[in-house]
Amino acid sequence: MSKFRKKKKGMPAVNTAALPDIVFMLLFFFMVTTTMRETTLKIENPRLPSATEIKKLEHKSLVCTIYVGKSKDPGRDGVGFNKIQLNDKIASADQVPAFIIGAREKVSEAEVPFMTTSIKADKESNVGTITDIRLKLRDVNALKISYSANKTGN
Amino acid sequence: MARRENPEINAGSMADIAFLLLIFFLVTTTMNVDSGVSKKLSEKPPPDYVPPIIKEKNIFEVNINRNNELLVEDDRMDVKDLKEAAIKFIDNGGGVGTPGEDGSPGKPCDYCKGERSESSSDHPNKAIISVQSDRGTEYGTYIQVQNELLKAYTVLRNRLCNERYGMSFDKLEEAYSEDKNNEELKKKVEDIKTSYPQIISDAEPTS
Repeated sequence: MSKFRKKKKGMPAVNTAALPDIVFMLLFFFMVTTTMRETTLKIENPRLPSATEIKKLEHKSLVCTIYVGKSKDPGRDGVGFNKIQLNDKIASADQVPAFIIGAREKVSEAEVPFMTTSIKADKESNVGTITDIRLKLRDVNALKISYSANKTGN
Repeated sequence: MARRENPEINAGSMADIAFLLLIFFLVTTTMNVDSGVSKKLSEKPPPDYVPPIIKEKNIFEVNINRNNELLVEDDRMDVKDLKEAAIKFIDNGGGVGTPGEDGSPGKPCDYCKGERSESSSDHPNKAIISVQSDRGTEYGTYIQVQNELLKAYTVLRNRLCNERYGMSFDKLEEAYSEDKNNEELKKKVEDIKTSYPQIISDAEPTS
């Protein structure tokens, strides 16, 4: 009888030795999964087209992204799916070369040929807009392009 | 004696729980990797550039109109049939290929399995796919078409790679990307790539 009674005495403290483990675990989890977006989107998140023959983009620091899609603020920028966003503002295709040159300044000269331009365009935007961008990119010799797309099955 | 004892909750298994959670998250999280259809643009031609004359039969023309309909070699076609048509065109091998850089004459395609028709492409390295789209074409359709054309190349490359090296081209490229310094793998990848080079050009869009 006394064997059972003695356990009820005193308030046992919860062992917190593993708490740091849990905190670290959460920390690592968030560190790994968080992707930071440097720019805020001025256009609605583009609904990317889907494709099967896609390649992953390597070297995130060498990628500059151009968004094409519908403006979040049609009152100011107008309607339609052909708004181009460079950095954090809506721009026209004529400003693409300046954008690329600006991005080049941030990387070392040896890495410039490996820079890739990722075009994140909405499914409903027009090929004409993309062509305009492409011609401008060719003018500044930014020849590697990736048309951002989602992977589909099959 | 019994009163001084301070029984602790056994925390030995706490670490196990933490690891369990960690592994659970590791397995279930898909990391958002940027991926897309990659493409290399041609360099800007000099102003006095005269385009070479290419035989009509070596060009596979794909037109997309503003209603997202396809016209392939002057016939209407659905996107789902495009891959087969492209494979047939690329793999035709009806003549000799481009002469080598050292001036050696072009060889006929000995790995092609096509019909060897006179009216279709001479050699995979001469076969050009030209995509012309309207300015009003939807981007989604355009990517779909590009994707189908790339699929055609993938099928052909995989087939050739299976024959020559007993593994698919995807596997070969994967192995090479893991072992960049392997000269043998590099040679194999180059060999397949030059056997079926991807020549997809974008014609100026109609407005």
